[in-house]
Amino acid sequence: MPGDPTSVITILRERFADVDFAPAPLIDRGRRRADDQMGVRIPPDRLLEVMRFLHDDPRCRFDQLCDLTCVDYSEFHGATDRYGVAYSLLSTVHNHRLWAKCFVNDPAPSVPSVVGIWKGADWLEREVWDLFGVKFEGHPDLRRIVTWEGFESHPLRKDYPLRGRGEREDFDVVTRESA
Amino acid sequence: MPADTQVEYGVATYAPEEPGGDVWVLNLGPQHPATHTTLRHVLELDGERVVSCTVHIGYLHSGFEKLGEHLNYNQYVVVTDRMNYVSPMANNIAWHHACERLFDIEITPRCKAIRTIIAELARIQDHLVCVGCSGLDLGGYTPFMYLFNPRELILDLFEEVCGHRFTTSYTRVGGLMQDITPGWGAKVKRFCAEVLPLALDDFEKLLTRNRIFIERTKGIGYISREDAINWGLTGPLARASGVRRDLRKDEPYLCYADNWDGQGSAGVDFKVPISEGGDCYARYLVRLAEMRESARICLQLADNIPSGPVDVLPLEKVTLPDKREIYSSIEGLIHHFEQIMTNRGFRPPVGEAYGANETANGELGFYLVSRGDNTPYRARCRPPSFINYQCFPHLVVGHQISDVVAVLSGMNIIAAELDR
Repeated sequence: MPGDPTSVITILRERFADVDFAPAPLIDRGRRRADDQMGVRIPPDRLLEVMRFLHDDPRCRFDQLCDLTCVDYSEFHGATDRYGVAYSLLSTVHNHRLWAKCFVNDPAPSVPSVVGIWKGADWLEREVWDLFGVKFEGHPDLRRIVTWEGFESHPLRKDYPLRGRGEREDFDVVTRESA
Repeated sequence: MPADTQVEYGVATYAPEEPGGDVWVLNLGPQHPATHTTLRHVLELDGERVVSCTVHIGYLHSGFEKLGEHLNYNQYVVVTDRMNYVSPMANNIAWHHACERLFDIEITPRCKAIRTIIAELARIQDHLVCVGCSGLDLGGYTPFMYLFNPRELILDLFEEVCGHRFTTSYTRVGGLMQDITPGWGAKVKRFCAEVLPLALDDFEKLLTRNRIFIERTKGIGYISREDAINWGLTGPLARASGVRRDLRKDEPYLCYADNWDGQGSAGVDFKVPISEGGDCYARYLVRLAEMRESARICLQLADNIPSGPVDVLPLEKVTLPDKREIYSSIEGLIHHFEQIMTNRGFRPPVGEAYGANETANGELGFYLVSRGDNTPYRARCRPPSFINYQCFPHLVVGHQISDVVAVLSGMNIIAAELDR
């Protein structure tokens, strides 16, 4: 069975006493059942330091970045920040997971890149940049990945319409003469 | 691979044997038989040796995650069919596993057993295609055909339960689209006990000790255990590098967990094959061994699928009631109405949940954010192909151009899942 992540949170609080991690279960089920999926908040300016600690410390040892994604909270009730960059960390040694969230805002949302810690963050960060427009400072090759170069919007933002902004209809047709 | 190969951040570099020699560029893809689907690699070559490889993806990007924000928890299962189209059943199960994690539903023992059998059949089917193609891409056409026969039989089994071979959409929140047909378990049993082992034995005679195949795959595309973890590899790719991790054992769900039927039954008995090789041949062997283990799991369950309903009780208000119930009782009619009308439907708790399954390619997870209404606020898919594929340049640099094909087919990249 997966390990209990609460010990990791205790360790984090001891090591970084000045950071408010606000640990909370990902979903609050009230009294129904204690949930084993825990999330913490990390401020963007302390992100690299905390992540490095989580990766290196033998009691945490989050050696795999399972997933890195982002949520645009602009239409979420009661949210104060717009972009939540979510890191899903996994320890293959202790078999525990932890979700870390880093909140950033318009204009020019940006968080430090964790490619130096987990190589697997490479494409994931490119994807978040592509679809949400959150910049990753220090990423060696931050290009768009699933949309094309020259595409200007960030489609997974909540203000981007489902049917697009006409990119499909107004696409330049390359003819034999013009090529 | 030469010792002076430096690899940093996914952009692999290679020092040519003759400095100043010609380096030429080759475009492999987006349309190329060996890429199976639309992927593009820009290879810089020193003679036939790969100096650097840049991967371009996105040709099949169709905004599945954006669609997920506009479709409800049952509708989206149709989209998951199109992600990894080689094993759509596994995607269906993974999607609704995450949904049930969000809703906090415990599905019925019968549903668990059926889903487990189907997940394992999907794994077998996916691996059949993958190992068959790794022979095909290296020039062996016969082994590929040997494995497509049993695959057709699995597709027939799927067709029998849900009416489709590929676009299955079989699962629903809290249950299944419909119960299995009588006698289906016996057909699964016959397939796993008689047809599959024979086909795999025949196949192995052609390939496993074939000298050409071994020379083309052994030592090719090596990745160490530490690198595999750091790059985020999961599934057979990680296990072929010696990573002891399988979600079925580490975070057991469905029938892999103990006490799955609520009456103290132990989880299904199976082994997780692991290899220390780390190369294409090790991946091939791990996949073959996994198929035999999957067949064992199916055999354990096929005979004793628990009786009872496949859907959770209507009290949970997530599944549609039985049709007889709808037409004959007012409660059933109201319940059906509540589920179907667009301004009603699901009422999940507000919050976030992550649910992951071990599918044929690795950890397929869905990260759901819910506002408490009918559709997810964010439906993130953690696609195993996408994350596994990042280290591709790292695997091929320093090898010959023909090895690129061997590595690619050994990784089993499905572009629809890659781009989503």
